[in-house]
Amino acid sequence: MILLDLILILLFGGFVSWLISKWNQLAGRIIALITVIIDLIITMIIWISHAPTVSLLNKGPWISDFNHRWIPQLGVSFHLALDGLSLVMTALTLFVGALSIVASWKEVREKSGFFHFNTLWLLAGIVGVFLSMDLFLFYLFWELMLVPMFFILSIWGYENRKYASIKFFLFTQISGLLMLLAILGLYFIHGNATGTYTFDYFALLGTSSWGPLGFWLMCGFLIAFLVKLPAVPFHSWLPDAYVQSPTAGSVILAGLMTKTAAYGLLRFVLPLFPRSAHAIAPLMLLLGVIGILYGAKMAYAQTDLKRLVAFSSLSHMGFILVGVFSFTALAYQGTLMEMVTHGISISALFIIAGAIHERTKDREMGMMGNFWEQMPRMGGITLIFVLASLGLPGLGNFIAEFLVLGGAFQAHALWGVLAAIGLVGSMIYSLVILQRIFQGESRKEWKLADFSIRELIVMACFIIVIFWLGFFPQTILHTTQPVFDHIEQQVDIHAIQQGGAS
Amino acid sequence: MGIYHLLWIIPALPLLGFLILAVFGLKMRERAIGIIGCASIGLAALLTIIIGINFLTAPPEGYFYQQTLWTWFSVHGFSPAISFYLDPVSLIFTFVVTFVSFLIHWYSTEYMQGDEGYPRFFAYMNLFVFSMLTLVLANNLLLLYLGWEGVGLCSFLLIGFWYKDQENCYAARKAFIVTRFGDTAMIIGLFLLVKDFNTLNIQDILTKAPSQWQPGTSTAFWAAILLLGGALGKSAQLPLQTWLPDAMAGPTPVSALIHAATMVTAGVYLIARMHVLYELAPVVQLIVAIIGAATLLIAGFSALAQRDIKRVLAYSTISQIGYMFLALGVGAWSAAVFHFMIHAFFKGLLFLAAGAVILAMDEEHDMFKMGGLRKKMPVVFWTFLFGSGALAAIPLITAGFYSKDQILFFAMASAKGSYWLWLCGFIGAFLTAVYTFRMVFVTFFGEQKKEIHRMPKNSIKIPLIVLGILSLIAGFIEIPKAWGNFEPFSNLVNKVMPQVQLAAGMENKEVLLEVVTGIIALLGVYLAWQFCLKSPKVLYRFKTTGLGKGIDTFFFKGFMFDRLYDIILVKPVVWLSKIDKHDFVDRIYEAIGNLGLLLNKIFSRTQNGYLRWYVCGIVLGMAVALTIILFV
Repeated sequence: MILLDLILILLFGGFVSWLISKWNQLAGRIIALITVIIDLIITMIIWISHAPTVSLLNKGPWISDFNHRWIPQLGVSFHLALDGLSLVMTALTLFVGALSIVASWKEVREKSGFFHFNTLWLLAGIVGVFLSMDLFLFYLFWELMLVPMFFILSIWGYENRKYASIKFFLFTQISGLLMLLAILGLYFIHGNATGTYTFDYFALLGTSSWGPLGFWLMCGFLIAFLVKLPAVPFHSWLPDAYVQSPTAGSVILAGLMTKTAAYGLLRFVLPLFPRSAHAIAPLMLLLGVIGILYGAKMAYAQTDLKRLVAFSSLSHMGFILVGVFSFTALAYQGTLMEMVTHGISISALFIIAGAIHERTKDREMGMMGNFWEQMPRMGGITLIFVLASLGLPGLGNFIAEFLVLGGAFQAHALWGVLAAIGLVGSMIYSLVILQRIFQGESRKEWKLADFSIRELIVMACFIIVIFWLGFFPQTILHTTQPVFDHIEQQVDIHAIQQGGAS
Repeated sequence: MGIYHLLWIIPALPLLGFLILAVFGLKMRERAIGIIGCASIGLAALLTIIIGINFLTAPPEGYFYQQTLWTWFSVHGFSPAISFYLDPVSLIFTFVVTFVSFLIHWYSTEYMQGDEGYPRFFAYMNLFVFSMLTLVLANNLLLLYLGWEGVGLCSFLLIGFWYKDQENCYAARKAFIVTRFGDTAMIIGLFLLVKDFNTLNIQDILTKAPSQWQPGTSTAFWAAILLLGGALGKSAQLPLQTWLPDAMAGPTPVSALIHAATMVTAGVYLIARMHVLYELAPVVQLIVAIIGAATLLIAGFSALAQRDIKRVLAYSTISQIGYMFLALGVGAWSAAVFHFMIHAFFKGLLFLAAGAVILAMDEEHDMFKMGGLRKKMPVVFWTFLFGSGALAAIPLITAGFYSKDQILFFAMASAKGSYWLWLCGFIGAFLTAVYTFRMVFVTFFGEQKKEIHRMPKNSIKIPLIVLGILSLIAGFIEIPKAWGNFEPFSNLVNKVMPQVQLAAGMENKEVLLEVVTGIIALLGVYLAWQFCLKSPKVLYRFKTTGLGKGIDTFFFKGFMFDRLYDIILVKPVVWLSKIDKHDFVDRIYEAIGNLGLLLNKIFSRTQNGYLRWYVCGIVLGMAVALTIILFV
């Protein structure tokens, strides 16, 4: 039940916040924030009390399970389940979600009630994606994420929001359709073979072979996830959507929604189609490496702050792709760390970009410079996240990159080396953020106020977590270890060759 | 074991200092900041000395002590820990780092007076010392890498300390990025070690490697050369040396601490630490020696042509580290560590003294605009002279003589040495003497060209005097073999490092070599005196000839490496990023979108409301359909 509550609280809180806002905006904001915090506390309680693993289902390291008949005629059930992976991702979602609400406390003034309604429903969709163990339900939540995001982008976005929101919608919708087809394919193939038509993840997982269509079904999932991640060459919606979103939108989009795609790769693509995943791995590694290098190169070329951060995100997503398709224990754990730490560092960078935009009404870095003098605190904090972005040891992102690259190197030394070249690239573009904005000479006379207490609190939360993950990553790795052990078994190439799953 | 349990406090103290200054620094007074900044390092130095005395008088079993704080992470049996390792080598490095840092921090309280970035300066400096101590005390390569990147970060922050000047930012960025190339090689080396040993614990690797890898195998080669890549970047050796001269943009105490005494020798430490790998890869070890020899020559020639006093010292640092690499390359591990220590004393001193001169000359860096400071600033002059003597290895009375001549001897006498390597070092010794005393004569002799702006007070003078004395006497802890058996330093280091293997018949040549190098050093000083003080016109006339001008510029620009990298690396990258700023992939999708719009336009034309068009369309459609049905 508690899993259902996690989602219902967000949906309900969104409604209440909207209604209350008509009467008092501040009260609406506070309710939205409290809702997310309550959810976060519940998640943390689950984490602390159940850590690390309780095997409930004998089908892997599951902590909690909620299965309710929903549309039995079609074999659809309302099946939620939580393991270490979902737990960590849910906690990340609620943590970043709460902070993004605080960060946009002053930015969104018009229709703030509807804004918070959308934000909370968006978070509910993301949490739902992380918890659904029924493919029909998963697809439902997948689409549920899309609609509020579209509104946030098109209502509260910047000057070019119409274009960006339509582009975003088209890309994700078309790729989502492919996934729907793939889901239906699984449903019918499984039904024809066994006689029971069901969307249940665990039932489908037992299928030993998807026949000749297996590869194409995998591609349906894969493309949906690659677009959402995004990976080159499906990334072209990313710079526009990230740049045009209001701060909270960019944060949720870059910090959280992209992680649903990475999650999808780990949860669905690998275990459902281990053999096809191995078959397509070289291409995915190639795309990953191209993403790392091309993203870095594009980031370096930008002069718009948010655009630079957006392309840096593209580069970091390459690490996720490399990590997933290296099939080694180090790389899996590294991928997870990348998901979490990138979720935090990119969110912080977008909040900083938003704070600069609020003060200067500008995103063009050419006009900035020497901001450190007036805003030393913002400068110091930006420095921390710039360092996170370039993978400095001591910050969580380093652990992620080390594990991904180390794991990739174990599997294919060449790919590991090529991806590691991205470390030079990330250094080059990350320093641009710091040096163009906070150092050097300014072209213009700026009057700027340093971070307020509210903003400092938000940043302090991010800073504590990113350092914690740099020195005590075991907190998370420990929680997800059993999950990846399980996935590793399912995807192990030798086992597949003997057993014969598709 | 009692006192050793406090080992972790040595790096923790500077970290604490950094945290206090980073959070509260903006609201603190200069005096309080200075006290916190110095006290944290001073206490660390004191603790190091206490532990060190303990270590020397009652060494722990096996000459090492390790302390594990917590397991960093653990994946699939690979579990690096936050763990420190104390043995003679790390003890020497820790001692030098804390002790020299303390003096430089003390000096900085006066040097940085009145700077608006005062709290920032001490915060960064404390963070640097923390990182450097982590680097030398780390028990595994991953923690070492944390320190490694940490010192790189502090170097970046402090080179660009005066961030309002675009030039300084550029120099800072350059240092960080150039060393990152090396660091990337190094981390790939770590991946290789993880793959083969599933551990990064240094001692484990050193014991496992000889049994797992045959000498001369390609894995050993790659591991050694990749780690060497990291060392080349950090220690500014060929071909990654270009960042160090520009790094002089930072405040002078920074140059003294980071870019002379400590950080730039991290590469030496790394190679010495991982010596087993280099013994397994003799080719790479030879490469280390050759790079050292080549670097010391190139940097020596470059130093001859500099005008900026700090750049002379920067090139000389590159050159002296070249000597250390030469020592590593011929397997003289202890000699490399010894030269590191002596170099830290005299080069730190030279930079600090140069800083005092620069303060006195109101931020003037050009030696040729100074002159005649001997009488006005006696303390600075004499200490600078001691430091220069050590740098030029003036025989018998300076510490540099004992450390450098040891390296020169081993360059020839070691089983891995050769006449060629020795000859490079020999020429380098001559160059060193010339450029060093050129600097001394131009700065402190002749006529005074500028009024003194600010005289140093005690916080500047005392560190200079302490280091000055050390530059003279520190060499006596390692007397050449031929003179008697007093070698406590190498005895200590050799507890954990292999001794140098001498080639047959070389033992007796030590005295001869010492006499020769001693003479060449004195000759260098004489030539500097002749051409810089007595008859500078000769040199001036040579510089105005075409050939002379060309050589001068070539040396002045450090053999044009910057130009080369600009053409083959920087320009292409910038060009590539400029031409594709708007992402060609996006253009493709845009084209698809435009195609849709175009089709829309074409087909909407057909909906024009004329009945005849529609009838025509229907008939045409039917005709096509019928044709297909009937004939296909």
